[in-house]
Amino acid sequence: MTLVLEQILNGLQFGLTLFLLAAGLTLVFGIMGVINLAHGSLYMMGAYAAALGAQWTGSFWLALPIGLLAAFAIGVGVELLVMRRLYGRDHLAQVLATFGLILFFNGLLAWQVGRAPLLMNGPEQLAGFIEVMPGLPYPIYRLAVMAVGVLVAVGLWYLIARTRMGMLIRAGSTQREMVSALGVNIAQLFTLVFGLGALLAGLAGVMVGPIRSVQIGMGEQVLILTFVVIVVGGVGSVRGALAGALLIGLSDTLGRAFAPSLLKLWMSGALADGLGAALSSVLVYLVMAMVLVVRPRGLFPMEG
Amino acid sequence: MMRQRGLFVLLLLAFIAVPFIAGALGNTYMITMATRVLICAMVAVSLDLLVGWGGLVSFGHAAFFGLGGYVVAIAATHATQGGDIFGWGGTNEALIAWPLAMLVSAGAALVIGALSLRTSGVYFIMITLAFAQMLYFVFVALKVYGGDDGLSMTSRNLLAGARITDARSFYWICLILLAVVVALVGRLLNARFGLVLRGAKASERRMAALGFPVYRYRLVAFVIAGAIAGLAGALWANLGRFAAPDMLSWLRSGEFLVMVILGGSASLLGPVLGAAVFLILETQLAAHTEHWQVIFGPLVVLAALYMPMGLWGYVRGRSS
Amino acid sequence: MIAALELKGLSKSFGALRANDDIDLSIREHECHAIIGPNGAGKSTLIGLLTGEILPDRGQVLLFGEDITHWSVPRRALAGLGRSFQITQIVPGFSALDNVALAVQGRSGHSFQFVADARADMRLRAPAIEALEQVGLSARADVMSEILSHGERRQLELAMALALKPRVLLLDEPMAGMGPQESALMVQRLIALKGQVTIVLIEHDMDVVFALADRVSVLVAGQVLTSGTPDEVRADRRVRAAYLGGEVA
Repeated sequence: MTLVLEQILNGLQFGLTLFLLAAGLTLVFGIMGVINLAHGSLYMMGAYAAALGAQWTGSFWLALPIGLLAAFAIGVGVELLVMRRLYGRDHLAQVLATFGLILFFNGLLAWQVGRAPLLMNGPEQLAGFIEVMPGLPYPIYRLAVMAVGVLVAVGLWYLIARTRMGMLIRAGSTQREMVSALGVNIAQLFTLVFGLGALLAGLAGVMVGPIRSVQIGMGEQVLILTFVVIVVGGVGSVRGALAGALLIGLSDTLGRAFAPSLLKLWMSGALADGLGAALSSVLVYLVMAMVLVVRPRGLFPMEG
Repeated sequence: MMRQRGLFVLLLLAFIAVPFIAGALGNTYMITMATRVLICAMVAVSLDLLVGWGGLVSFGHAAFFGLGGYVVAIAATHATQGGDIFGWGGTNEALIAWPLAMLVSAGAALVIGALSLRTSGVYFIMITLAFAQMLYFVFVALKVYGGDDGLSMTSRNLLAGARITDARSFYWICLILLAVVVALVGRLLNARFGLVLRGAKASERRMAALGFPVYRYRLVAFVIAGAIAGLAGALWANLGRFAAPDMLSWLRSGEFLVMVILGGSASLLGPVLGAAVFLILETQLAAHTEHWQVIFGPLVVLAALYMPMGLWGYVRGRSS
Repeated sequence: MIAALELKGLSKSFGALRANDDIDLSIREHECHAIIGPNGAGKSTLIGLLTGEILPDRGQVLLFGEDITHWSVPRRALAGLGRSFQITQIVPGFSALDNVALAVQGRSGHSFQFVADARADMRLRAPAIEALEQVGLSARADVMSEILSHGERRQLELAMALALKPRVLLLDEPMAGMGPQESALMVQRLIALKGQVTIVLIEHDMDVVFALADRVSVLVAGQVLTSGTPDEVRADRRVRAAYLGGEVA
């Protein structure tokens, strides 16, 4: 029982990390109409900047702002140099250009940092375990990651529902002219939103650093899962991104943890291990397929 | 139309010349390289059927390519090393294995297409990518067939019982098959089916209002493209005597898309040109630096931003 | 006599907005029936419900007595429901003739034919040329559709709808964006069609409506305010108050 609970916590934590990525990606798509494959690269760059920062400074708390700042700055740079030339172009050009960016960032890191994975320590203050339930110690750091995810979700809701910028974001996606007529600089708004998305991706990257190793290609793995999250949740919807992220985070984690042992109830050990491994790695895609059959536009489709 | 045919002949002559030039230079690597171009061109032409002519940006085309490769490699493994799959002992005969590769890829395309085509636009891109990734993970997890390490073939398939040992004969086979594929796709695009597919790219609403159930036409196009990619995958596995999960990876899918757009989408021969330029550029860059992606990536970005018509646009522009 | 098109209690809401609210309408065979109404009255929703692009919350659509409420767009088209679009929907890169031939192809059975050159098929070309002649565009048959002038595209739009040989033709603002001269020519062409095919006309221009329509229905706030001959509608006080206002006065 405690094992199941522990995996559920792991799943929630993974889901909240995915949410940070999905929220940025879905906002950028919902508002600018751009599909950005390089979103995973921003996550990777954030993680690398933080990991390198931690090596230099020896402190997680200094590495954190370094990672965030790097992701934000790279995001803004990418928006100014590439993305803004892609608004209004067809998806094909967007896919191709952002694919080129992925190649560039992967190549850049291999060249400048090397292919060996980097390890990164979490903050000492958050080291150790806390007993969340009798008999279930859980890493404090992971709980902190979850708390950050929840805080971001609340913050985004506040930003979109209650602030002037949020009003512009909601209006900008459907009524570009109206927003321009209000005297708002659309170009600046877009840069800012893209930077915000990059910042969230970077935050996810920094926080994942101490949990998984930091390596080239980490961005694409997570990008594809993020796509699954968005498809499940509904493109353009932050609420959908949260629901999708939790669903996918939980099914991926629980599937990996329990699929082989569940299958062993029906079949021999070796076969169950083989099939279980296959099943657990494709489970999230099967979830996506099922959602698609029932609701082709996701759980929370954008209005209109 | 005349110009299209003229360029088709010109390109064909260039490809026919390759083995002779390679022979004169004593450069066998050149033939292998050119064979790779032919096979990738075949995938790119099939992908362009969806992307350029159908307006369906599939980011999972490598899945069908890889599946075709695995069908051939798995069949050959059982034929030479025993064992069976679903009670079948495998084969090393190309005339059975290659059509089977097409059939399996077509079947996968039918399932994936049936689900993906319920959506459109950006959803379609993400979903095709996700399903391809799913198949990728399936082969990574399939330890019986090599898992991560891939699956080797002890020899190339036999063609009607005859061995295809030398690089040249295999090159000719690939060239003939590519020419057949291009000719057939060219016919298809101007037949009733192709006109519906192209019309639906411009206006799905209009085509529906004219009585066409657009979904079905798109699904058939998706299956045809999948089958061609499967054939190309079978050839690829034969070229290197090897199939690996890498054949299905998202990176491959992206590369095929780059070939299509670099060459010029919706131009039939553009993707062939794109495949050639892509592979030559990649090898040249990789020969100079290990970190070729740092240069290649920005080139791809520039192509996306400033060459919407692709290289074919320039070729056509010059000759008119 | 069976109505060509009959709507029974047709309703469609978008959130709190009742775009179409309990619409009853009967369109007789071979009449030209105009549907007018101020912006936001629900005309676009009604067109969507008729063509099948939008499915109703409640109510029925009958085509010559057959319930087509849940039929798909293509199935309705093949059953004889042709339409033109307010914003021209043509295929660029195809000539005018190619575009119309597509419509002929649409009604001539399935198009899963993969080899024969469709552009050399006289079974498609001949009826397409006929439809182009009908709208006066045959001289421009081989011109690429994206090069045609706005007015010519509107003609092409009509030719594509006609080539489907519909029993009921929905015309969604056929004069949209046309100058007065082009508009007058289009009216002449539509008058020539009267009596051959049932026409449902959505149009803003009152002169056009009164020149063409046998009957007029007025849509206001998602409901049918009244139906009648042009003269009856013109005389109706409620219509004047709700809609026509100064235009007729």
